[in-house]
Amino acid sequence: MSSMLRFLKKLAPRKDAAPSPAPDRGILVFENTSDVIQAEKRLKAHGFPIAVKGPPPEIQKGCDLVIEFPLMEKLSIERHLEAAGLHPLAVVPVTAPLLEPVSLFYAKDFGSYLMVRAANMKITVNKESLRIVNISGGGCPDVPYLADRLVGKTLNEAPQPKEIGHTLCGYALQLAYEELCRRCLP
Amino acid sequence: MLAVIGTVPDPSLPLTTGTAQLKDGRLHTAGVSIPITRGTPALAAAAVAVAERLSRTEVFVFLVGDVGRGGGSRVLYQFLAENLPGFSFDVMVFHYLQPDVDWHNKVLFAVEALPRRPLLIADAGFMYAAKMSGQASAYDIFTPDIGEMAFLADERAPHPFYTRGFVLHDTRNVPELVARAYAHEDAPRWLVVKGETDHIAEAGRVVATVREPVWEAMEAIGGTGDTLTGILGALCASGKDPLDACRTAALTNRWVGRLARPTPATQVAELIPAIPDALEQVQNPVLAEEAGG
Repeated sequence: MSSMLRFLKKLAPRKDAAPSPAPDRGILVFENTSDVIQAEKRLKAHGFPIAVKGPPPEIQKGCDLVIEFPLMEKLSIERHLEAAGLHPLAVVPVTAPLLEPVSLFYAKDFGSYLMVRAANMKITVNKESLRIVNISGGGCPDVPYLADRLVGKTLNEAPQPKEIGHTLCGYALQLAYEELCRRCLP
Repeated sequence: MLAVIGTVPDPSLPLTTGTAQLKDGRLHTAGVSIPITRGTPALAAAAVAVAERLSRTEVFVFLVGDVGRGGGSRVLYQFLAENLPGFSFDVMVFHYLQPDVDWHNKVLFAVEALPRRPLLIADAGFMYAAKMSGQASAYDIFTPDIGEMAFLADERAPHPFYTRGFVLHDTRNVPELVARAYAHEDAPRWLVVKGETDHIAEAGRVVATVREPVWEAMEAIGGTGDTLTGILGALCASGKDPLDACRTAALTNRWVGRLARPTPATQVAELIPAIPDALEQVQNPVLAEEAGG
């Protein structure tokens, strides 16, 4: 019973909820983060001004991403997704500010090794060989899997986390990986 | 008895339950041999290493294969929600599971319906789900790193990926982050915030810090946070007071680094053999030093 009370209390709307802006943008909601990553890749390749964001509270389930897009482009975007075999669960207007992904990076130099952290994910590389020597942090089940696939490979030969990851932790690792490449690759 | 609940990065592993042992550098349970990779296998291995040393408890694991698609996690969630009444544990550690608020709540309701409530520890994906569901205060101990602590402190963030920028991921802010998380009921009674300095908090206030010994490479090694949580779970299951267990676990994990002397390229499986001696060093430092010459 105590759990239920806490749960209901948390569901109550917060007093500091932001006002709704005009809905000139919408969000694409997908079954899983893998589909979001594929859709993002495809839509960006075709030049659509989209952004990956956090879903509004009413549709948050746990490990979610959505794609924010200009509503004016809705039909064109849906056609591109259909052609790629990607089927959003829902396409809805944005009525409140969406959560922004983390954009701060932290780097630590261990001498022969460089570690970069984005949100809760850390990736470490040997500065001379550019070999990925460790991946740490995170809490979603693809983190150990990503570590198995990336550790021991160089930055040039390792698969990008976004190609084989499925969760927000995988997406955060992609950001850390990109920052590491920016710092280490010519 | 200690229960360890989580996933293994092997999609072919079905739901597997049983008492765990360490043998030949691998985790063995129910006839299955699992490599000690970062994540729940590392946590379980550390817990077994402590349990074997103390000879006071056993480690029972609930494992399933999942590489991030969530299917394995859902199988495990469902099993727990339906079958927990058939088990009795002193401590339950929830770890790498796909965060899912609905399933988290079903499992928590099943736990709270048990005749004897175990001590509840959560880390990784299950901790994210616990916070997002608004149920963090139903747990006894969380073991976040600094990035995850910032997430707990941001009442709007459903995942560390969305922690707002003004909630700084800075070790110097830990007391403030702890107080903020507690004020929003997004933290349990005890926290072990893992980092360059480990901070241990009770009821929203930092009550202890553990800074020594320092082995900097430990931060880069995937799974060193998992080993700390595993050590903590086993200490609690052995009957140690939770606050004392938090201090001892943090200190023991640091001694693992000191004794194993890893580089940033060391893998977590190489650290597990150092755990018994590290625990001895913490619990009985004079005898440990004499034995070491």
